[in-house]
Amino acid sequence: MIACPECEAKVDLPDAPRLNEILECGDCHAELEILSLEPTLVGLAPEVEEDWGE
Amino acid sequence: MARVTIVGGSGYIGGELLRLLLGHPEVEVAAVTSARLAGRRVDGAHPNLRGLTDLTFADPDKLDECDALFLATPHKETMGRMAGFLKLAPRVFDLSADFRLRDPALYRRYYGLPHEAADLLPEFAYGLPELHRDRLRTADRIAVPGCMATAAILALHPLAAAGLVEPEVTIDARTGSSGSGASAGSENLHAERSGAMRVFAPTRHRHEAEIGQETGLSARMSATGVEAVRGVQVVCRARLAPGADERAVRSAFRAAYAEEPFVRVVAQKRGLYRLPEPKILSGSNFCDVGFAVDDDEPAGGAGRAVVLVAALDNLVKGGAGNAVQCMNIRYGWPERAGLTFAGLHPN
Repeated sequence: MIACPECEAKVDLPDAPRLNEILECGDCHAELEILSLEPTLVGLAPEVEEDWGE
Repeated sequence: MARVTIVGGSGYIGGELLRLLLGHPEVEVAAVTSARLAGRRVDGAHPNLRGLTDLTFADPDKLDECDALFLATPHKETMGRMAGFLKLAPRVFDLSADFRLRDPALYRRYYGLPHEAADLLPEFAYGLPELHRDRLRTADRIAVPGCMATAAILALHPLAAAGLVEPEVTIDARTGSSGSGASAGSENLHAERSGAMRVFAPTRHRHEAEIGQETGLSARMSATGVEAVRGVQVVCRARLAPGADERAVRSAFRAAYAEEPFVRVVAQKRGLYRLPEPKILSGSNFCDVGFAVDDDEPAGGAGRAVVLVAALDNLVKGGAGNAVQCMNIRYGWPERAGLTFAGLHPN
């Protein structure tokens, strides 16, 4: 269990979390990225940005 | 099992009451009245109920006693008939506006005439479970709130109760056409209504008075009719108290509604439905409430700008469904009884 960095709601971690795995906060629906495993840290996942192929 | 009567059953609110009460596990509908349609089948006026009931409309002047009365009678008329209604049943759920305001002077100001039964006003509880659940457990006379008032009060209540908002609030309310009732009139002609975005009450909408009474805030509301049959959405603009931020707002909303069966906090960072929208609430008793806070704190000590949004089905949580919820509380039944429909998506 971790706290959502956006809204502080409790978010369940998967049984076997992986680095850079994306989670979703059930409260504010923010996408969270697992940034480290020991200790477990999450941050807001980067928005997917448009790629115009340059 | 409670035997109930619906007075004024031919309109949209009356039909919605009948739909919900016919599906309620603890209720038997004893009678539905309509002076205009007395003797006619109720599924003529409410064709969605075909096959569910053989009731015919009763004459409102020839009613038997019952366990509870639901009044879907017009504003300004109900107060003059209330003394007679109270003799028919020990419990009354009034969906008119006549007993919502505690102050008869406020009633006169907003409804344009003196209250004819002001002595009865203190006997009525304001039927909003999220604010008055304890009183509703024992109340025998319940005034069910207005649709736009319900949405606005539920949007404003968490911050008002926590002292997190400045008292001046501006409310922009949008409503579907069913809010103006089932009676004929030029305002309800398809040619006049279809496609409209009509600001029909730019100032001093009647529900303003209820919002002020229940939140303690100074509310100014404009109401606009939009291209929808069901649905109300309110957008409330205010200033947070100095220093308050989005986390404080979210925390106040969580604290206020964590245990509420019919209020959902919707303030999401992703998805199509990030803030409350009535489109997905048709037929349900939910009121969705949400917020957005401006990140910038203005210079000079003023609080951040906040936008509070709420949405509901005006005929359900904004009327008949909320009345049934009040009945469930008063009778000690499960609060969701008869009210489990989730709404439609897509709709």
